[in-house]
Amino acid sequence: MKFFSDENLDLAQVIINRYPKPRSAMIPLLHLAQEQAGWVTDDAMAQIAELVGTTSAEVLGTCSFYEMFKRRPVGKYVINICTTMSCALMGARELLEHAERRLGVKAGGTTADGMFTIEGAECQAACTEAPCLQVNYRHRYRVSPDRFDSIVDELSTTGHEIPDHGVLSRVRQQIPEDRFVGAEPPQDVVSAPVWMPDAGVDQ
Amino acid sequence: MTSRAGTPIPHAPGFVANDTPRIVTARFDHEDSYTIERYEATGGYHALRKALQQTPEEVHSEVRDATLLGRGGAGFPTGVKWGFCPPGVWPRYLVVNGDESEPGTYKDRLLMELDPHQLIEGCLIACYAVGLSQCFLYIRGEMPVAQERVAAALNDAYAAGYIGKNILGTEFSVDIILHWGAGAYVVGEETALIESLEGNRGYPRLKPPYFPASIGLYGQPTIVNNVETLSNLPWILEHGAEAFTAIGTESSPGTRMVAVSGHVRRPGVYEIVNGTTTFRDLLYNEEMCGGIRDGNQLKAFVPGGGSAPWFTPDQLDLPFEANQVGPQGSMLGSGAVMVMDETTDIPAAALTLTKFYAHESCGKCVPCREGGTWLEQILGRVVNGRGTPRDLELLMEVGQTISPGDFPHAAVASKGIEAVPFPYQMTTICFVGPSAFAPVHSALTLFPEEFEARVAGGESDTISEVAVDV
Repeated sequence: MKFFSDENLDLAQVIINRYPKPRSAMIPLLHLAQEQAGWVTDDAMAQIAELVGTTSAEVLGTCSFYEMFKRRPVGKYVINICTTMSCALMGARELLEHAERRLGVKAGGTTADGMFTIEGAECQAACTEAPCLQVNYRHRYRVSPDRFDSIVDELSTTGHEIPDHGVLSRVRQQIPEDRFVGAEPPQDVVSAPVWMPDAGVDQ
Repeated sequence: MTSRAGTPIPHAPGFVANDTPRIVTARFDHEDSYTIERYEATGGYHALRKALQQTPEEVHSEVRDATLLGRGGAGFPTGVKWGFCPPGVWPRYLVVNGDESEPGTYKDRLLMELDPHQLIEGCLIACYAVGLSQCFLYIRGEMPVAQERVAAALNDAYAAGYIGKNILGTEFSVDIILHWGAGAYVVGEETALIESLEGNRGYPRLKPPYFPASIGLYGQPTIVNNVETLSNLPWILEHGAEAFTAIGTESSPGTRMVAVSGHVRRPGVYEIVNGTTTFRDLLYNEEMCGGIRDGNQLKAFVPGGGSAPWFTPDQLDLPFEANQVGPQGSMLGSGAVMVMDETTDIPAAALTLTKFYAHESCGKCVPCREGGTWLEQILGRVVNGRGTPRDLELLMEVGQTISPGDFPHAAVASKGIEAVPFPYQMTTICFVGPSAFAPVHSALTLFPEEFEARVAGGESDTISEVAVDV
C-alpha cells in the first residue's frame, strides 16, 4: 500500500527510529500524511500501519480520537473560531455567525470552491487576545467582523504566508548522525545511564 | 497613565512586563529572544555547565530545596516528584507536557515561542539529575509557531553540542525528541499524554499508580513536567535554591505566569510573585490589568483555568497561594484568570465552559461521557429560555453522579453563602468530568437569582425536551 512520497517515506523511517517503540511514531506519521495530502486517507493509514507494525484498524482508532486529523477532504484553509469562555465573553458567537454568513456555510462546512472550512473551536491559548481564530492553526487576534472579512480577502490572494491545510511546523527537527544517542527498546536497557553514580541506589 | 476607571491603556499583546522579578520571562523583551545567539549572550547554557560539575544528587537536592511547585495545574513539588522513581529501574524517561489547552491558559505557548532554549536547558538539567535517558517534548498540535521555534532551537542546540552524545564533552548523553499532539484536551492529563505518546487514543490510565514516576511511558519510570516548571530550572541552578525561595512565600516560592482574559482593561500574561501577589493586585493595579473595562464592576472570575470553581469580589484579597485558595473553595490550577464584569450573562458564560468539557470528554468514564453531555444539554435549554425550575435541580443531580458530596465553592457574604473547601470527590479517572460540573455548580450556587429568573417562564416539568444551539 503506497501512499507516502519517496521523500516522506525516508522521513517516516527517520522519525520511527527516534522512538524506543515504532508505534510511538503513529501520530507524527499521521501528521506527515496530512501534510502530504491535506487530509488522512485510508491508503495513508494502511501504510502507516505497515510502517509501525500494527493494523490499519489500530491506526484508525488513534487517528479518529484526535480533532486535527481530517478523514475527508477539507478546505485549503481551515478557519477555527474559538468559542470557549474568554473569547465568548468578547464576542466569539457574533464572530462565528458573521463568518457563517460571509462564507455561506455553517460551522463544520466547506465552501463549494474548496477554499474554506469553518469550525467552531475550543480554547486556542490566546485568551488575552479575544476573540481569536486560527487559519490552518496560525493565530489571528482580536478579530472583529470587518477584520474577518479582510482575513478572508487576503487568503483569497497569493500575498500571504499561510501554508495549505496539513502543514504545521515548517522547520523539521534534524539530529546529526554523530550526535544522535539513539532509541533502544526499553527492555534492552537494564542499567543506569553512565553518568548516574549507582544503578542500585535512588537519590 | 492615570488610575481613573475608563481611561484607555495602550494594549500590549500577550506578555505584559511589570516591576515584579522576572525569572522565566527575563528574555521576552528582546526581539530575538528565541535564538541561540541571544540565549548564549544572556547567560544561556551556563546553568547546564554548572549542573554538570555537580553530581546528579546535588542537582536534585538543589531543585528539591527550591520547592518548585509544578506549574501545570496540580502544583506538586517538582523535586519530590522526581524522587518517586523506583530505585534500580531503568530506563527512565522525561516527557515534557507542552499540550497547554486549559481554557484561559496561555503561558507555555509564550515560553516555547519566545524562549525555547530556556526550556531545553531545563529539560537537560532534569535528565541529568534524575538519570532520564531520553526526553520527549510534546507540543500541542495547534501551535505550529511553537513547534517551529522549538525545532529550530533543538537543531541549533544539537549542532552546538548541548544535546545528544557526550554533552559538553562529558559522559552525559540524552536525546530530546520533538513530538506534536493532534488536538485533544484530555491529553494534558499526564497518563493520557503518555498513552498518546505510545501512539494510542488519549485515554487517561486507571490509578493507582498515581505517578508515572513509578510506571509511565512503556511501563518505565517517567517524569512528566510542565513547560513552565522546566523553564524555571536554569534560573534555580544559576542562582541557587536560596535565591529562589527568597522570592514569594515559603510554601509557594518563586514567580508564576498568569494569563488574565475577559473583561479587564489590559488583558495579558503577567509574571507575578507566587504566594504574595493577590487577585486584587493583578486585576486592579495600573501596571497590571488596570481594573475592569469601561469602569464596570467585577461580577465573578475564574481563578485557575476553566476547571476551577469561580470566585467573586469577596475573594479578591486572596494571594496566589494554594494553601489559602483551597480552603476558600477553588484552586490556582494552570495560572489562568477569566474575568466577568457586571454585564455578563452568568448562565451563558458557564455554558461555554461546560460545553468545552463535554466536548473534550474522552468517553472512557461513563459519568463524564454521559454526565457532561447532559449538563451541556440541560444548561443549554435553560440558557435558551426553555428550561424549568426542575432543570436546576436536575443539573445538581447530574453533577452528583460525576462528583458526589459537597462540591467546592466560594463564599458570598452578602448572600449568606459559606465556602466549601477544595478538592472534590470524583467518580471518574481524571478531572475532566468534575470540570464540566464546576462552572455549572459555581454559577448556580453563587448566582441562583440569574437562573431562577431564566426558568420562571418555563412551562414544562418534563425532561424530554433537549435542544442546544450554542
